[in-house]
Amino acid sequence: MIGAAAIALVIAIALMLIRALSGPTLYDRVLAVNSLGTKIILLLGVIGFLTGRPDFLDISILYALINFVSTIAILKFFRYRSFQVSLTRRGRGGP
Amino acid sequence: MFETGATGRVGYFLGLITVLVALWLGLSWDYSFKPVIASLGAVSIVLSAVLAFRFDILDREGSPYARLFQLMAYWVWLMVEIFKANWVVIKACLRSTLDINPALVKVKTGCESDLARTVFANSITLTPGTVSVEVEGNKILVHALYEEEAGPGAFDEMDRRAREASDGRGKS
Amino acid sequence: MTEIIEFWNAFRPALGSALLLAGAVLAVIGTVGVLRFPDFYTRLHAASVTDTAAATLAIVGMAFLAPSLAIVVKLAVVWLFLFLTGPTSSHALANAAHTAGLQPMIGRLGEDDGGRE
Repeated sequence: MIGAAAIALVIAIALMLIRALSGPTLYDRVLAVNSLGTKIILLLGVIGFLTGRPDFLDISILYALINFVSTIAILKFFRYRSFQVSLTRRGRGGP
Repeated sequence: MFETGATGRVGYFLGLITVLVALWLGLSWDYSFKPVIASLGAVSIVLSAVLAFRFDILDREGSPYARLFQLMAYWVWLMVEIFKANWVVIKACLRSTLDINPALVKVKTGCESDLARTVFANSITLTPGTVSVEVEGNKILVHALYEEEAGPGAFDEMDRRAREASDGRGKS
Repeated sequence: MTEIIEFWNAFRPALGSALLLAGAVLAVIGTVGVLRFPDFYTRLHAASVTDTAAATLAIVGMAFLAPSLAIVVKLAVVWLFLFLTGPTSSHALANAAHTAGLQPMIGRLGEDDGGRE
């Protein structure tokens, strides 16, 4: 049953790759890669349980963090064409 | 509204340290406290705290632990809402003929503080079927999968609960 | 009392596997939605099914399968990270697309509109 879950997740990742490769706009691709990352996080945990090594969860925690940072970095790069612009906060201190 | 005095900053700092220590203990699950491992943990916690201080992100949203219990109660209510909304989107995904009615809606929020607004906008995004596209002042631009789901008054209860959870019942 | 614990220990892996499988199937359903929906903003909604319901079900299922409490704590941390970062990146995506001038499709859409990109 755990194996079936792993297979279903692999199918979901493969289908999501179609969207990542064919997505008409940049944002579709970023969305697909981000969602693919979520599925990979789950798949890493499932593989850990499948092989009896739940230490894989450490890898999936790291993947969750890297996935988030890379999404924000890609979006920032395509908005400003540079990583150097500081994302200043508007309206510090509230109304 | 914001505790910018020294006592407020120290409170946020202590909250951050407590959470970091709890996170390290939970992840490493090492209670033998061997000198090498424990000192590595201590160094990483201090480094994270110093970085947070230097990035100037230690404020009410960065460290909202004073209202942890209210926020957790709100979270439980939100989980129920998320599962209800999931059902609608799953049906839309599986229907043999595509039948959706997307719309852009402006939602007015009564949330005053940044923390309440963040909680409210994130709740809208977290609920499948609605995504907050832009936050400008006290208006949030929301894209909804079904126009009926985002009609006037659809977000009132979430707005009220988010406000009460993050700012308390007393304020407006 | 011991009977209840024995029953629970026998029942736990089955319940965990079932929840895990349900989460994986929800991930497939969300992906199908992402492939089917006509424009970027609607795809965002389908992807959020994976981020919320599928992740929750799968992680709760894994928690039932977990051999020790340390694993449950790690699963809880993964779940917390997913729930804190998921809406932030969704909002960043929607905001970036909106700022770049990508217009959403508005109004009731049937099957014949599905092919239009």
